[in-house]
Amino acid sequence: MTTDVINDQSEHDSHGGEHHDHKMTGLKRWLYTTNHKDIGSMYLWFSFIMFLTGGVMALVIRAELFQPGLQIVEPDFFNQMTTVHGLIMVFGAIMPAFTGLANWMLPMMVGAPDMALPRLNNWSFWILPFAFAILLSSFFMESGAPNFGWTFYAPLSTTYSNGSTAFFVFAVHIMGISSIMGAINIVVTIMNMRAPGMTYMKMPLFVWTFFITAYLLIAVMPVLAGTVTMVLTDTYFGTSFFDAAGGGDPVMFQHIFWFFGHPEVYIMILPAFGIVSTTIPAFSRKKLFGYSSMVYATASIAFLSFIVWAHHMFTTGMPLFGELFFMYCTMLIAVPTGVKVFNWAATMWRGSISFETPMLFSIAFVILFTIGGFSGLMLAMTPVDFQYHDTYFVVAHFHYVLVTGALFSIFAGAYYWLPKWTGYMYNDTLSKWHFWCSLISVNLLFFPMHFLGLAGMPRRIPDYALQFADFNKWVSIGGFAFGISQLIFLVLVIKCIKGGEKAPAKPWDGAEGLEWTVPSPAPYHTFETPPKID
Amino acid sequence: MTNGESQNKLSKQAQAKANDASVNKTVKKLMLIVFGMFGFGFAMVPLYDVFCDITGLNGKTSNVAASYNAASIDTDRTITVQFLTRTAKGIPWQFEPMINEVKVHPGERKVVKFYAKNESVNAIVGQAVPSVSPGRAAVYFQKIECFCFNNQPLKASEDVEMGLQFYVDLDLPEDVSTITLSYTLYDITSAVDS
Repeated sequence: MTTDVINDQSEHDSHGGEHHDHKMTGLKRWLYTTNHKDIGSMYLWFSFIMFLTGGVMALVIRAELFQPGLQIVEPDFFNQMTTVHGLIMVFGAIMPAFTGLANWMLPMMVGAPDMALPRLNNWSFWILPFAFAILLSSFFMESGAPNFGWTFYAPLSTTYSNGSTAFFVFAVHIMGISSIMGAINIVVTIMNMRAPGMTYMKMPLFVWTFFITAYLLIAVMPVLAGTVTMVLTDTYFGTSFFDAAGGGDPVMFQHIFWFFGHPEVYIMILPAFGIVSTTIPAFSRKKLFGYSSMVYATASIAFLSFIVWAHHMFTTGMPLFGELFFMYCTMLIAVPTGVKVFNWAATMWRGSISFETPMLFSIAFVILFTIGGFSGLMLAMTPVDFQYHDTYFVVAHFHYVLVTGALFSIFAGAYYWLPKWTGYMYNDTLSKWHFWCSLISVNLLFFPMHFLGLAGMPRRIPDYALQFADFNKWVSIGGFAFGISQLIFLVLVIKCIKGGEKAPAKPWDGAEGLEWTVPSPAPYHTFETPPKID
Repeated sequence: MTNGESQNKLSKQAQAKANDASVNKTVKKLMLIVFGMFGFGFAMVPLYDVFCDITGLNGKTSNVAASYNAASIDTDRTITVQFLTRTAKGIPWQFEPMINEVKVHPGERKVVKFYAKNESVNAIVGQAVPSVSPGRAAVYFQKIECFCFNNQPLKASEDVEMGLQFYVDLDLPEDVSTITLSYTLYDITSAVDS
């Protein structure tokens, strides 16, 4: 793709009052901003704060599990920790981080001046802190925070709720509204704001993955809203959607929840595919291998995600036909996912590879995400799932996919675009420390969980049998090491914002895309006049 | 401002307008999907029931009385029907089948009794909810008369014998030789009062 950019920043004035050229100062700038870059930064900071909050909860869990027996927290509080840790990491850390990246990068990548609906954009960010304030405020209530697992299975969240259900439901409603608005904005931007000449099949793969993810969000977040609404009315208004006494069915809860829940896990991984499909070609100095197959693979994964939900429910007593159907459909997902992994490997093959930090995180992503994918395949097999269900094997699986998968890709993206965002190069030594500390500790943290699960340690328990003690000790040490390693990243980002080596417009010689045609740091307004794409 | 520039500006404004219109159109379409999917979430509730009714999955039996219309009795097959009861958390009733299992031929009518006693000092309304295992036998298990069709109010220390009249369909799959009928008893006093 050759790009001819006609981007004259002095042209602003001709647009008259249409744009806020002056930045407001102080708090007002951030409250009222409709600028995609400001909103993107706020999303990224918010998600990092949530990441640390959820991380502290994970450390409480790991501290309790360091030894068998009950040492630090009560079992009920332990359950609150596992529940809120899950909710925060899913809805507070990973998803807003991706939305932040989308806000920052999408308009620049498609050559648009801003997101299509800037004021909606402002709103979709600013309701998020309120959602999490509601959720976290439940810790200070008499009832305590939600303790029924982030999956809020009925009747745990209805009949046996500790009284926190209303907090949980309204928080999820607001998070859902925020995600839906963000997703609508992404779709509308991509469909209507592309620079002239940028056809769909010329869009960067990053844009494609966010496009498809946004559609998934629009399709399933309303289903989640419906589910939590039913839980709310079951708990407080006497309906019985999920209550067998009134003619409802608790198993139906799981069907409706996982109809949302399975596409949700792809919402958290498809953007990661987009990020590493950007970084790996840049540091291999080659074009992405199999661009169109990547697009089709992403679309097929999105489609398949709607017809595999019951693989989370093999042990609920499904008929054999159902178990086989969901088993085969689930295993089918390995095909497009395999296409992607092989394409990344083929991109690197005979490339002129250099190992800058974004590339290190990307390579770690490919290898470790594949491990998570393999354990997913094992879980997909109905007969063995009866053994693995609700054990630490499941915990190991989804943490490999979400931490070394989604989170590592976010780090890769953050390092890749930090020079563009701040105008300065990050401290290379610190970034290498961050990578190697994270890589070693994360495997110490999650790899032994496979063995714990295979040996039969159930998830979501504050105490365990003695034979699991050694592995749990190592897991906890890994957990604390991983947690502390993330502070290196915080220091690095703050240092990078404050100063450092000046970054050129395109600090990576192999990088491609419109975002590298504007100066670093990216000016407050970019592409007021759309660039021409040949 | 030269002529060319102003024309350029005009065409840009026109372009912006056209863009606005297409943005609005896309937003409206996407909002339709959002509301549609919100509705679909709720539509899954009746759909799930219909699906379970048709396939008999989930061991859900019919909530309406079946009329006895078996053409014959298949004396070649004997089916063991087992009865299980349990009380949901918080209902202080004794609730048991008076016979643990019966042997029936497909098409044959059978009457069994269940015993319930309110062991508390309060009047309580109970509701029994049946479930059949294996699930695919549920559609072949026909209840002609069942205490589970209605709720069961019992005063303090009152007891009652409750009847169930049923038959098993002639076309019960060949490989099913045992059917387990389990009842869970719930306290629905507050729901009935309100």
